[in-house]
Amino acid sequence: MSENIQIESALRNRIDSGKKALVVYITGGLGDDWIQTMHSVIDAGADVVEIGIPFSDPVMDGPIIQMANDSSIESGATPVTILSDLRDESPASPLAVMTYYNLAYRMGHERFASSLASAGISGCILPDLPLEELDIWSESAANSKIETILLAAPTTPDERLLQICARSTGFVYAVGLLGVTGMRSELADSATEIASRLKNVTSKPVLVGVGIGSPEQAVEACKVSDGVIVGSAIVQEMMNGSSPEEVGELVSTFRDALDKNC
Amino acid sequence: MSLKNPNEKGRFGPFGGRYIPETLVPACHELEESFVEAWADDSFREELDSLLFDYAGRPSPVTECLNLSDELNCRLLLKREDLNHTGSHKINNVLGQALLAKRMGKKRLVAETGAGQHGVATATAAALLNLECCVYMGEVDVKRQELNVFRMKLLGAEVRSVESGSRTLKDAVNDAMRDWVATVEESYYCLGSVMGPHPYPWMVRTFHEVIGTEARMQCEEILGTTPDVVCACVGGGSNAIGIFSGFVDSDAELIGVEPAGGAAIGRGVPGVVHGMESFLMQDEFGQVLEAESISAGLDYPGVGPEHSYLSSTGRARYESVTDDEVIEAFQLLSRTEGLIPALEPAHALAWISRERKYLTGKTVLLNLSGRGDKDVGQMMEILNV
Ligand SMILES: Cc1ncc(COP(=O)(O)O)c(C=O)c1O
Repeated sequence: MSENIQIESALRNRIDSGKKALVVYITGGLGDDWIQTMHSVIDAGADVVEIGIPFSDPVMDGPIIQMANDSSIESGATPVTILSDLRDESPASPLAVMTYYNLAYRMGHERFASSLASAGISGCILPDLPLEELDIWSESAANSKIETILLAAPTTPDERLLQICARSTGFVYAVGLLGVTGMRSELADSATEIASRLKNVTSKPVLVGVGIGSPEQAVEACKVSDGVIVGSAIVQEMMNGSSPEEVGELVSTFRDALDKNC
Repeated sequence: MSLKNPNEKGRFGPFGGRYIPETLVPACHELEESFVEAWADDSFREELDSLLFDYAGRPSPVTECLNLSDELNCRLLLKREDLNHTGSHKINNVLGQALLAKRMGKKRLVAETGAGQHGVATATAAALLNLECCVYMGEVDVKRQELNVFRMKLLGAEVRSVESGSRTLKDAVNDAMRDWVATVEESYYCLGSVMGPHPYPWMVRTFHEVIGTEARMQCEEILGTTPDVVCACVGGGSNAIGIFSGFVDSDAELIGVEPAGGAAIGRGVPGVVHGMESFLMQDEFGQVLEAESISAGLDYPGVGPEHSYLSSTGRARYESVTDDEVIEAFQLLSRTEGLIPALEPAHALAWISRERKYLTGKTVLLNLSGRGDKDVGQMMEILNV
């Protein structure tokens, strides 16, 4: 079976042209125009968009994404509605889903993976599914050609980093700090540390996420990494009621900063 | 020892495991190693025993309920965990974990609490062992258990009110885990029940086995044999597994009692939350449902994985009771025996009282996991006095 490498290819296109990759997270089902927001984010230069499927108990998320989760669920969004909203879209960049393991478990691994694929999703991030519990999911994901992006944390020991890099597909997600998603006033030292530890041991794209809240912080992280993932800053803008165009403008500030300063 | 240990992946049959953010995985490995090493170390066991006996007041007695036995036509015995220091079984686990935290060089305990009993126990151990303590408690519980909130503060702990989701135990666990993700290097997560990622369900059970071990000997002395039925309430399931551990190899029927509004085994299907694969109340998409119970300590949509296992093998049976039945039972024990129970073990008594026909002529051991002082205010309102 040929591997799916949509996400990795999209990132490599950017990286190989000497630029830095930008992945943007938005919460699925948040507001009536979240699909337009997705397109607008892509037009503004996101190489990959992560679609958050809200879960009732998001232990890796801070207050902003928690609130976005809640309001999406309250408005009636479910994994099924979010995926069906995406089914007829042909976004210009590949998509990854970010959610928690129980939603995949509940639907059934094979069914979850195949419904991602039929909604045009290329990858999946499950932050509460570590290496030891990965096998069942990764088999189903591979069957549906879904790339499974794994997280590496500042606390991860060296031998484990190797295993994570070996099994992660799409890219390696470097968790930039000890903590949950959310904006911080400064980039943590741990962000560049984990990125450089990863760059030393893998040729896969290494992107830093969690704690990247401003274009300046993105630029700083990219001194070492191949790119960044920006989540809470974007979701905050959506929560403020900004239009898809306005969210796109915010994404452009990240894109421009990376293009000019890296 | 009679309950099986989990396999190397932390599973009891298909249940358990370790579903946590990567940031916490190394901390769980370290915890598992430290626990195994400490438990094999006589000096650790001696230190823990001396705290359990000289500080917390173990062993707790078994009391025969002469009046209530008459009324129910059975022979009812109570394992008196309500007499422990801080008023519940929770102290057994907390003293074990706090000593372990100290041994691991941690400076700060993080805990979640529902009824406040685990929070109070953790704050107590932190005061005794000179550790910082931060307790997460749902806003709803902060209100209905205000006495315990004040207790924790008196003991020097910081209490953080949790305003997300259900504002009860489930979301207190979420916030405690988020705290741990951010402070994993200096903090020790002192989980309050036999739940969470491996090694917690196993470790917490081990610290509570003292309940079952004592009760087995006490029953042999009083009854000359083992009881016909051993019964306990189940939130996460720590007091239940503690007492079950002493009787799992006997003929005793093991009954766990869940609240009707938080019956993970009774109403749930397998799922994954808070680090474990176990029965879970959830909707068709896998969103975790909010539990709804009169008792803050049982207001939890999940259950420890070993209970899911014991249920699936049929070795233990899980029943549920309604809030109204619990209110009756709470008053029944107070009136007949002069013992005001916590609302949690009043669930176990509510089942016994409801099933009195079935239990006629049998010997029944109930784990009285805590005393009711914390609940009198709430009961005053409910009973409108
Ligand atoms: C007295 C008492 N019993 C039982 C429980 C429920 O916990 P578990 O099921 O772990 O014993 C609590 C929790 O707060 C409690 O305070």
